[in-house]
Amino acid sequence: MKLTLKIWRQKNAQDKGHFETYEVDAHEDMSFLEMLDVLNERLIRQKKDPIAFDYDCREGICGACSMVINGKPHGPLPGTTTCQLHMRHFKDGDTIWVEPFRAAAFPVIKDLMVDRSAFERIMQAGGYISVNTGSAPEANSIPVPKPIADKAFDAAACIGCGACVAACPNGAAMLFVAAKISHLGLLPHGQPERYIRARKMVERMYLEGFGNCTNIGACEAECPKEISLEHIARMNRWFAKASLIETEEA
Amino acid sequence: MNAIAKFLRSPIGQKWVMALTGLFLVSFLIVHLSGNILLLLPDNGRTFSAFVDWMESRWIIRILSILLFLGFAIHIVQGILLYRYNRKAKGARYAVTATDNSSWSARHMALLGIGILLFLILHLWDFFFPMKVRKTFHHHQLYDEVVQTFQNPLWVLAYVLGMIILGLHLSHGFQSAFQTLGIRHPKYTPFIVAFGKWFSILVPLLFAIIPIALYFKFS
Ligand code: HEM
Ligand code: SF4
Ligand code: FES
Repeated sequence: MKLTLKIWRQKNAQDKGHFETYEVDAHEDMSFLEMLDVLNERLIRQKKDPIAFDYDCREGICGACSMVINGKPHGPLPGTTTCQLHMRHFKDGDTIWVEPFRAAAFPVIKDLMVDRSAFERIMQAGGYISVNTGSAPEANSIPVPKPIADKAFDAAACIGCGACVAACPNGAAMLFVAAKISHLGLLPHGQPERYIRARKMVERMYLEGFGNCTNIGACEAECPKEISLEHIARMNRWFAKASLIETEEA
Repeated sequence: MNAIAKFLRSPIGQKWVMALTGLFLVSFLIVHLSGNILLLLPDNGRTFSAFVDWMESRWIIRILSILLFLGFAIHIVQGILLYRYNRKAKGARYAVTATDNSSWSARHMALLGIGILLFLILHLWDFFFPMKVRKTFHHHQLYDEVVQTFQNPLWVLAYVLGMIILGLHLSHGFQSAFQTLGIRHPKYTPFIVAFGKWFSILVPLLFAIIPIALYFKFS
């Protein structure tokens, strides 16, 4: 299949950047990243600078493969990362626009690569359980109701890819932070710290320059792990409780 | 107190301010509509005028109208601040933007808000300022002034447009306020969402019918 690619090229953080047009001949069984690999091989043979993009696992679990394809983080397929997106979802003769994730808190490093270390700093602010919980306990010794276990598991599916931020017109990171707060705060070991954690992570989120949620819902629609907005409501609740009731003085 | 002030200045707290003032304005819409709908009674404004008379003679209405003014002011100022904050947080824009992942209203709340503000200025200019500030007519003449105003089809059109904008703002805003306040539950949220949808259609529709009806009744 013959495709026209319009890819964002930017030498470094200071460069203004521009779109470059490439014609590629892709196979429909290739993943999107493999298609870019083929293009990069050609650029290297031509002694040109290959396109920089992030990836690691290529099996939809690490969250590294950030790019916006035709206006959608991770491309058009719901619940799918870029590495798991196959070219058969495009048509011969298509023009595809590929851009880096856009948010002030995710500055472009080069081409399609952005700096997402803000997420690491949010995790460092509170995305952990302070006590050593030891090795895995006997499964039935601490009863966890099934609905709670399910909710925590759904939240734990977040791979920290940042697509929610990329999709959000406000550049907000609420879905990511809410997923972490729910995941850790719903389960017994994480419960004692749930309000403090919510406060610390939310405060860090704003320090990093992420926007403020207006419940648009584009994050939920574009999240490759289909994390629910329900978690954002819980975070709003817990953050309010942490600020108003469960304060340090109390 | 300190904790409350600190919370209300945090970005999630600022969202709570939007949501609480927004819901307060929603409650005002219900009161305002129940008064205005009297304009449709076929009694040449007798009931409506009696209602206006009653409103004008109550000090509680005075206090509520000051609260209402504050509610609008806080909602508008906070809304504009949020909009500017979020534009900065987004930074560069995409060359291609997907539009099928969210509703148009949700993405244009600030624009719709500015639309409501323009309508509000027009609306105050029509009745509030001449009656309360410039005192060019007494509140007993309000019914005649309203009828007079809506003999101009352009004014009818402006009011209908204003109500469409309000409806779009509420179609996202109503359920959004509950989400912001953390009120979400699989049992009750479908009801809140459905109620908000009907509210955002029916309330502006009933408001809009009034100028249309007055136009056709007297022309
Ligand atoms: C009768 C008039 C109005 C009503 C009933 C109303 C109601 C609401 C409600 C319920 C929300 C949702 C709050 C939330 O998301 O938590 C909202 C949000 C908002 N409103 Fe209004 N509003 C009105 C007028 C205005 C005006 C005049 C402006 C500004 C110029 C404005 C600007 C905004 C903005 C920027 C938002 C935030 C968007 C968001 O959170 O999604 N509104 N409004
Ligand atoms: S919430 Fe979804 S989109 Fe956001 S970081 Fe987690 S997996 Fe990615
Ligand atoms: S490369 Fe790991 S999720 Fe795509």
